Amino acid sequence: MKPVDFELHRPETLSEAIALLAEHGEDGKVLAGGQSLVPLLNFRLARPEHLIDLGRIASLTAIRRTPQRLIIGAMVTHAQAERSVAVAQGAPLMARAFPHIAHQAIRARGTVGGSIAHGDPAAEMTAVAVALEAIMVAVGPRGTREIPARDFFIANLVTALDHDEVLTEVRIVPPAGPTGAAFEEVARRQGDFALVGAGAQVRLAQDGTIADIRICLTGVSATPHRALEAEAVLIGHAISPESTQTAADATRDVLNPSSDLHATADYRRDVAGTLVSRVVKTAVQRATFDTTSAA
Amino acid sequence: MGSNHEVHIEVNGELRTCTTEARTSLADFLRDQLGLTGTHLGCEHGVCGACTVLLNGTPIRSCIMLAAQADGQSVTTIEGLSGPDGELNGVQEAFCKTHALQCGFCTPGMVLAVQALVDNVPEPTQQDIDDAIGGNICRCTGYVQIREAIELVLGDVAKVRTSDDATVGAR
Ligand SMILES: Cc1cc2nc3c(=O)[nH]c(=O)nc-3n(C[C@H](O)[C@H](O)[C@H](O)COP(=O)(O)OP(=O)(O)OC[C@H]3O[C@@H](n4cnc5c(N)ncnc54)[C@H](O)[C@@H]3O)c2cc1C
Ligand code: FES
Ligand code: FES
Repeated sequence: MKPVDFELHRPETLSEAIALLAEHGEDGKVLAGGQSLVPLLNFRLARPEHLIDLGRIASLTAIRRTPQRLIIGAMVTHAQAERSVAVAQGAPLMARAFPHIAHQAIRARGTVGGSIAHGDPAAEMTAVAVALEAIMVAVGPRGTREIPARDFFIANLVTALDHDEVLTEVRIVPPAGPTGAAFEEVARRQGDFALVGAGAQVRLAQDGTIADIRICLTGVSATPHRALEAEAVLIGHAISPESTQTAADATRDVLNPSSDLHATADYRRDVAGTLVSRVVKTAVQRATFDTTSAA
Repeated sequence: MGSNHEVHIEVNGELRTCTTEARTSLADFLRDQLGLTGTHLGCEHGVCGACTVLLNGTPIRSCIMLAAQADGQSVTTIEGLSGPDGELNGVQEAFCKTHALQCGFCTPGMVLAVQALVDNVPEPTQQDIDDAIGGNICRCTGYVQIREAIELVLGDVAKVRTSDDATVGAR
């Protein structure tokens, strides 16, 4: 269980990191928190010749908030974002997702950017990015690109990032108005990647109807799933037991998950529907509470 | 060819300067280069928690962190908790009193995870306790006595408030 020999680079600036990636081409790989990559190195499933560690680049570790935007640096750890008031207010769904990511010791090192760049459709951050229509900022030798989440996740573990690009930050538009969010999962063991996970973020209109809703699912497809079908059922209405049921069924109808050792496709589809109705109810409750506490 | 790195790491309060290969994990560095074999290796891919050490006071998995990444930082291993003549500290004493170990393989990681809880979380809830050790697998004890050890070291069992959904969500 020892990695193949590699050369480690620890640049202190982003431009140095990009120059190193350009120099080493396909033989180079970015190292962030290492919580996905180092296990792959240990198993020798990944054998990069050059690792470019972003751990010394201070500019990538900030969480910033402007009126229009929440900006999360790629090297912000899960633990740092989990404790951030700016994240709780600017991206309530993201804040609710962190406790479901692995364990404290892994969240202490794993990063938001690393999770998104890894592109695992079972990972909470990829689903949150899709639901919140996050913009991923990538910097490489050819300049800076802003990539919307819907174009970012291409296939299982494949993203729109080129091998010589660094994901530098994730931008999210904060909700305007009373908002609530919820994230729930079914996992074999607490802290494992979930069989299925679901998240919802809901903003209510003054009359209590749903003005904006984002629903996402992990573990049900090759890329993180935004449950547009369930959103379409719910938007513009107040929720009722019937509407959450219809939303759950609409989700089950469109999903085509795969079967594996841990769960069958049918089980995953069924759980996905149930989780969608649960997170929607909880998110609406929290948004209602947000309305009353703001009044 | 792989690169070598000179690292300066404060280990259990003492500054250590060593040269290590890029591919050396912090766990192998501690065990093989410094002889601190109290850090155990179970799975070597981040799943079991046996290799838990404290990095600047926070628990991390030393099997999936490179030694070179710890340069300039402070690491506490299980050897760092006991006194100069091997006297057990409070957490270790509590593990003994409640029989919170059998084979002892998970114990260094478990004790360090608990130490971080004691150091960093004032008045932890039951949920805080479960979160603190939730990433550490023990195949022997069934966890009941480990929870008892934690409650013992936290002083008063009654002080451990039962948690509710609100506290979970708020974190
Ligand atoms: C036991 C265990 C359980 C886990 N459970 C979960 C879970 O339940 N949910 C979950 O979401 N995750 C889980 N993880 C993974 C964890 O969340 C990782 O933190 C995350 O997937 C990757 O982040 P990282 O910073 O560690 O990235 P790394 O491991 O350093 O990198 C991952 C990949 O992304 C690339 N990369 C990283 N950062 C950048 C960047 N800024 N620009 C370009 N490329 C980049 C790397 O080259 C690499 O290919 C678990 C990990 C372990 C060990
Ligand atoms: S040996 Fe590090 S987590 Fe298992
Ligand atoms: S005491 Fe044996 S694994 Fe925990």
